[in-house]
Amino acid sequence: MSPWKVFVRGLWEEVPIFRLLLGLCPTLAVSTSVLNGIGMGLAATAVLIGSNIGISLLRKVIPNKIRIPAFIVVIASFVTIVDLVMHGYTPELHKALGIFIPLIVVNCIILGRAEAFASKNGIFRSLLDALGMGLGFTMVLIIVGTVREILGSGTWAGLPVLPGNYIPVLIFILPPGGFITLALLLGGFNYLDTRKAGK
Amino acid sequence: MNIDALFVIVISTIFINNFILARFLGLCPFLGVSRSLSSAFGMGMAVIFVMAMTSFVTWPIFYYVLVPNNINNNIDLRYMSTIVFILVIAGLVQFVEMVLNKTAPALYQALGIYLPLITTNCAILGVAVINVEKKITLIEALVQGTSGGIGFTLALLLMASIRERIELGDIPRIFRGIPIAIICAGLMSISFLGFAGFSLK
Repeated sequence: MSPWKVFVRGLWEEVPIFRLLLGLCPTLAVSTSVLNGIGMGLAATAVLIGSNIGISLLRKVIPNKIRIPAFIVVIASFVTIVDLVMHGYTPELHKALGIFIPLIVVNCIILGRAEAFASKNGIFRSLLDALGMGLGFTMVLIIVGTVREILGSGTWAGLPVLPGNYIPVLIFILPPGGFITLALLLGGFNYLDTRKAGK
Repeated sequence: MNIDALFVIVISTIFINNFILARFLGLCPFLGVSRSLSSAFGMGMAVIFVMAMTSFVTWPIFYYVLVPNNINNNIDLRYMSTIVFILVIAGLVQFVEMVLNKTAPALYQALGIYLPLITTNCAILGVAVINVEKKITLIEALVQGTSGGIGFTLALLLMASIRERIELGDIPRIFRGIPIAIICAGLMSISFLGFAGFSLK
């Protein structure tokens, strides 16, 4: 597989959320606004880059039998770093994302990439894989966040986009709206897929 | 110990702040293991057990090891909590698996395949983090962990019974499988929003 292919794969062919259905919890929990979604996406991307590089460097040292606990320790270390950095530089975002920052540790995308890719490939390719998957994850968070924020609060990234007399559909920023938005987007994604396959 | 306070925690953790439907924790097993009632039941029991154990073990570790106190020479290790919690959970799951294998082989057979999956269930790490953030006592943490697991099991069992019916329905092709399951979860979530009207005073 060419390096370009490794990078692009995460953006369409294997979009983490739509294709593999990994990492659903943070997707639904923080996508009430676009900015939160971007923050979560970038935090997860940073952890993914760190853990992919770290695990790729250590892949010949880690014994096969205890690889999963070893991966989790590497991931948890990077999550702690990101947590502290965000606490220092973006305190508001840190507060908005709340417990979902420590929970990046158990985001299946990150452990999944460690197991499926970084533990078998070199540093450069692992970095590209992390970038692709991280940006794919961020992209989906932005899409879900856009739908929910526009319908639920009438704004996009905090800017008013709908006319003043629009009454926000509150349910979209409540938990049920998250489920329903994601399900409809998944259906739409499947539709595009079947049309493409039909041609 | 105030019994009323414990009762409030039980009701609010099971219904009002249900781990799956209101807090979005533990969605992967929720969608992955809800195809049949029997496997949902096995998973639910395993989660209740591990969540209660996790709450019971992480609380003393946080307050006696990580928070600065006389025992550890006033060193502040709270920034290590994420790493420590996840290692404790991974170790605990492994330990529970081994103990069950020796002492209760029948239970082990029933829960066996679900136990390893639990390490990466975010509801478990979530309950440890929430316990610490809320600054509650050990008993309250234990109650919150157990009722969190019960709430998880309740949502999982409801979902599994709905999905066993859905399999027979005539659903548009693009929504078959996971998308329709997520829509059902959304509808369940709406009905659980109704519990938010409870005033627990």
